[in-house]
Amino acid sequence: MAPLPLHTAGPYVAAAYIVFVALILLYVAIMAGKLSRIERELGELTELAQRTRGPGDGQDAL
Amino acid sequence: MYGKRLRGLALSTFVALTLTLVLVLFWAPNDAYLGFLQKIFYIHVPLAIVTLCGFIAGGVMAIQHLRTRDPRWDMRSYVAIHISLVFGVAVLITGSIWAKGAWGHWWVWDEPTLVSFLLIMLLYATYQPLRFAIEDPERQARSASVFAIVAGVFVPINFAIVRLSTAYVHPRTLSNISGNLPGRMQVVFYLALVSVALLWVTLWRYEMTSKHASAQLRALKRLLGGDEDEAPARRSAAPSVTHLGGVR
Repeated sequence: MAPLPLHTAGPYVAAAYIVFVALILLYVAIMAGKLSRIERELGELTELAQRTRGPGDGQDAL
Repeated sequence: MYGKRLRGLALSTFVALTLTLVLVLFWAPNDAYLGFLQKIFYIHVPLAIVTLCGFIAGGVMAIQHLRTRDPRWDMRSYVAIHISLVFGVAVLITGSIWAKGAWGHWWVWDEPTLVSFLLIMLLYATYQPLRFAIEDPERQARSASVFAIVAGVFVPINFAIVRLSTAYVHPRTLSNISGNLPGRMQVVFYLALVSVALLWVTLWRYEMTSKHASAQLRALKRLLGGDEDEAPARRSAAPSVTHLGGVR
């Protein structure tokens, strides 16, 4: 069997590597979404902590 | 805890993957039969090996969970299986692309390696629905661990059976009898294997860090706001972070 010429094999190889990178990027993007949610919850907690400590004590909370 | 050394690990993974890609494209020789198409091999085979090892690792972590009743092991097992499933999808797609280029078909049903890998993926595809079907977090964790162990045992058995089967259509990569790679190809292959394994570990730690942070936040929220402020936990396939409490 003769090997596939570069112009024929190239798109297959490129597609395989692009799929790999795209899947990893998608995964990282989903994780980034989760990280944003954690950040938002952390902000809510900071507000909650400031409210609990009272209006005058909140300055050093940040 | 899981975020410790994550930056270094991520950087090492990036360097290793970049180096692998450069060597695959510019240093590894073209295969005599498949030509340039064989370059898919350097991503497809390491992904497959790491996926199967990841499933086994998930099973080992599940054993630890049943032994210790520590919910952290359930979380580790869950994340290991989750990432292996993502890698497994990549294996199936890259394999199909390779099959189309080499054999002219996207899928070949009489090829034992392909079909057995698909069987493993279908088996593990039921892991998340199984978890989701059980509402009680402790029962969910126990059942998921039993599943992960049984399925984890199935993986090497399935691999051995396929190796022992006589219909060798799929090329052997690591074999003492046939399919040995020439020097440069072997170097690049092992580097690719290490790179993909590093990627798996990095993503595992990345997700564990996220889960750990979530669990700590929930615990802190309960401490600050009191239990009455806590909204009822949504039903989820993922191990309950509320259930994990002060997970470390």
